[in-house]
Amino acid sequence: MKGMTLIVRTVTDFVVGFIVVFGAYIVLYGHLTPGGGFAGGVIVACAFILLLLAHGGDVAYSKLPERVGHLLDSSGALAFLAIAWFGLIGGYFFMNVLGKGEPFHLFSSGSILAYNIAIAFKVGSSLFLVFAALATFRRRSFRAMIEDELL
Amino acid sequence: MNNVVPLFVALPLGAAFIIPLLGHWWKKSGEVFATAVSAVLAVMAILQIGAPAVVHHMGGWAPPVGIAVVSDGLSVLLLIAINVVGFLCVLFSLRYMTAYTGLPKYYGLFMLMVAGMNGVVVSGDLFNLFVFLEIASIASYALVAFGVDADELEAGFKYLILGSVASVMILFAVGTLYAVTGSLNMADVAREIATKFGGGRPNPAVLLAAGFFLMGFGLKAALVPFHAWLPDAHPSAPAPISAMLSGVVIKSLGIYAICRVFFNVFAVASGGPSAVIIANGMIAFAILSIVIGGLLAVGQWDLKRLLAYSSIGQIGYVMLGIGVGARVLATGGVRSVAALAILGGLFHLINHAAFKSLLFLSSGAIQHSTGTRNMKVLGGIKERMPVTGMTTNLAALSIAGVPPFSGFWSKLIILVAVVKAGHPAIAGIAIAMAFVTLVYYIKLQREVIFGEARGPVMDAREAPALMTVPLVILAVVCVGFGLLYPVIGDRILEPARDVLLNGAEYVKLVLG
Amino acid sequence: MTVYFLCAVLLTMGLYCLVAKKNIVKKVIGVCIMDYAVNLYLIIIGYKKGGIAPIVEPGMSAETLEKFVDPLPQALVLTSIVIGLGVLALMVSMCIRLYERHGTFDMSQISKLRG
Repeated sequence: MKGMTLIVRTVTDFVVGFIVVFGAYIVLYGHLTPGGGFAGGVIVACAFILLLLAHGGDVAYSKLPERVGHLLDSSGALAFLAIAWFGLIGGYFFMNVLGKGEPFHLFSSGSILAYNIAIAFKVGSSLFLVFAALATFRRRSFRAMIEDELL
Repeated sequence: MNNVVPLFVALPLGAAFIIPLLGHWWKKSGEVFATAVSAVLAVMAILQIGAPAVVHHMGGWAPPVGIAVVSDGLSVLLLIAINVVGFLCVLFSLRYMTAYTGLPKYYGLFMLMVAGMNGVVVSGDLFNLFVFLEIASIASYALVAFGVDADELEAGFKYLILGSVASVMILFAVGTLYAVTGSLNMADVAREIATKFGGGRPNPAVLLAAGFFLMGFGLKAALVPFHAWLPDAHPSAPAPISAMLSGVVIKSLGIYAICRVFFNVFAVASGGPSAVIIANGMIAFAILSIVIGGLLAVGQWDLKRLLAYSSIGQIGYVMLGIGVGARVLATGGVRSVAALAILGGLFHLINHAAFKSLLFLSSGAIQHSTGTRNMKVLGGIKERMPVTGMTTNLAALSIAGVPPFSGFWSKLIILVAVVKAGHPAIAGIAIAMAFVTLVYYIKLQREVIFGEARGPVMDAREAPALMTVPLVILAVVCVGFGLLYPVIGDRILEPARDVLLNGAEYVKLVLG
Repeated sequence: MTVYFLCAVLLTMGLYCLVAKKNIVKKVIGVCIMDYAVNLYLIIIGYKKGGIAPIVEPGMSAETLEKFVDPLPQALVLTSIVIGLGVLALMVSMCIRLYERHGTFDMSQISKLRG
C-alpha cells in the first residue's frame, strides 16, 4: 500500500524512535507515574502504526512481521499467567514475591514491573495486528468481490 | 485445596493463549489442547461436589481490601454445568467443525469463553464479575459470527450491540453501588447495604442500581423484554456454540449473576425495603418470558429457531421459581415454601443445561448429515439415524415435562411451590404454557423424528461416533437426574439452595 | 449534581443514536458514546473538589490525606477503556464484513432474519 508525502515520511523517520523510547518509559515507571502496561503498550503500537501509515505496508511489515506479532502477543499473555503462578511461592496467586527495594526507585515494585512489561508486549502487538488486519482488509475484499462478480 | 479454585480460570486462559500461538505451526494444536484442558476441568468440577466452601485471597490481600475468589454451593452447581457441557461440546466440535477454516482461533475463543464463565461463577468481587462477564461475552460474540455467512454476521452484530448495551448498564450499576457503599467486594457491599439502608423507605440509589442490574443481567439471560438477540443469535451460530450459548452462557452470565447479586449482595432473602420491589420485577419478567417464549415457539419451522424460543420460555420457568422464592422471603412468608421454589428453579436450571444442549447438539448432527434444518423438509430421522433420533426423543420428552424424566420433576416442584406461595393465577399460566411446550415438542417429534424418511433424509447416515457419544452421555444425564434425584439433590442442589436461602451467610463466609 | 445529570444526558444521547439511526456505523458510534458516558460517570464518582493526586509521600499530615482524589475508580476506568477497545475492534470488523456481503451500511436492507 502507498505511503504519504516526503515531508510526512521524513518527520516520521525522526520521531518514531523517540515514540518507542517514551512508550518504554511509561511502561517501566508504571508503578510511580500514571500509565503502566496498557498505556505504554498503546504508545509503542502507535509508533508502528505511524510507520504503517507514513511508509506503507511493506516497510512496516518488514519491521514487525505478522508471525512475530502473533508470537509476541501470545507470549506476553503467557508470561503474565506465568508470573501470576509464581505468586504461589508466597501461597496465593498474583502475590508480589519479588524484592521491593527503596520506594520511588525503578525496582521498587516487585513483580508489578514484570506484569507491566508483559502487558506492554501483548497490548502493543495486538493493537498493531488489529490495525494491520483492518487496513489491509479492503484490498483483499475488493479482489474477492471482483472474483465473486459482485462488482 | 485452597488453590484449586483459581485453576478453573487459569487453565482455560492458558490454553486460550497457547492454542493460537501453536496454531501457526501445528494445525491440530487447538483440538489437542482444548480436549485435554476441558477434560481436566470437567473432572475437577465433579470432584468439587461436597467440598466445603472455599475463599482464596488473590495476592495475599484479605478482603475487603483485596479481591476474593469464592467457591460455595451455588458456584459448584454452575461449575459442574459449565465444565461438563463444555467438555461434551468440545468433543462434538472435533468432528463437526472440520467444515470450517481457522480452527485454532475457534478453539482459542472457546477456551476463552469457558475461562470467562468460570471466572464469573467464582468471583467474589463485583468489578471482577463484570470483567469476566465481558471476557465471556466478547468471546461468544466472535464465536456466533464464526462462519461469516450473511446470516451469522447479522445475528452476531445484533447480539454484539445488545450485549454491549447490557454491559454498559451493569457497569453503571456497579459504579452506583461503589458510590454509596465505598467498596467493590460483594460481602462488604452486602454488609454496608444491610447496615446503612436497613429500614425505612427504599434508598433511591440502591433501587437504581438494582434496576440497572436486573436490566443488564436480564439481557444476558434473555428475559423478555430483553430477549431480542436470542432468536437470531442461537440458530445462526455453529451447533456446538449454540449448545454452549443456550445451555450454559445464558445461565452463568444471566441467572447466576442475578441470583448472586440479588440474594447475596442486596440480601433480598432478609427482607428490607427494596426487596419486594425487586422480587415483583423478577416474577413479572419471568411470566412474560414463559408466555411469549412459548407462544412464539409454536409457529416456527426452523428447527434451531424453535429451540431458541423454547430456551426463552424455560429460562422464564427458572426465573419464576427463583422470583417466587425471593418474594416469599421478602414478605416474610413460610420459609419452607421459599426453599421449595428456589430448589425447583435451580433444578430446572441444571436440567435445562443438560437437555437444551443435547437438543442443539442433535440439531447439529442432523444438519451435518442432511444439510438442512428446515422442519418442512425433514422427516423420519429415526429410521436413518437411530441414535440421534432416540436421544432427541428423550430430550424432547424431558423438556416437555413427561414423567419420569427430569424435566417433569423440576417443573412440578416449581408449580407446587408457586401454588403454596399463594399465586394460583401465576401457576395456572405456567401450567397452560407447559401444555404449549408439549405442543411444540410434539410438533418437533412429528416433523423431524417420526414419520417417513423423505427428501434429504433419504441418504443420511448416522453421525460419526465423536458426535454421538456426547449425545448419549447427555441423554443418560437427562434420564439419570430424574430417576436418581435423591442422590443428586442432597449433594449438589441443596447446598446451592442453602446459599440463596441464607443470603446473609455469604458475608460471614468471606469476611470471617 | 449537574455533572451526574449531564452524564445521564450523554448516556441517553448514545442510546438515541443507537436506536434511531439506520447506518450501522452510526450505531457503533452510539455504543461508543454510551461507553464514554459510563466511564465519565465512574471517574466523577471519585472526584473531590480541590483534590490532589493520590500519591503518599513520607511525612504527610492527615488533612492532606483527606484531600486525595479516589484512585480506585481510575483503575476501574482503565480496565473499562480496554474492554471498550476490544469490543470496538470487533464491531468495526463486523461492519466491514457486512459491507462486503451486502454492499451497503443500511440496517433496514441488511436485516433479513425475521419471525
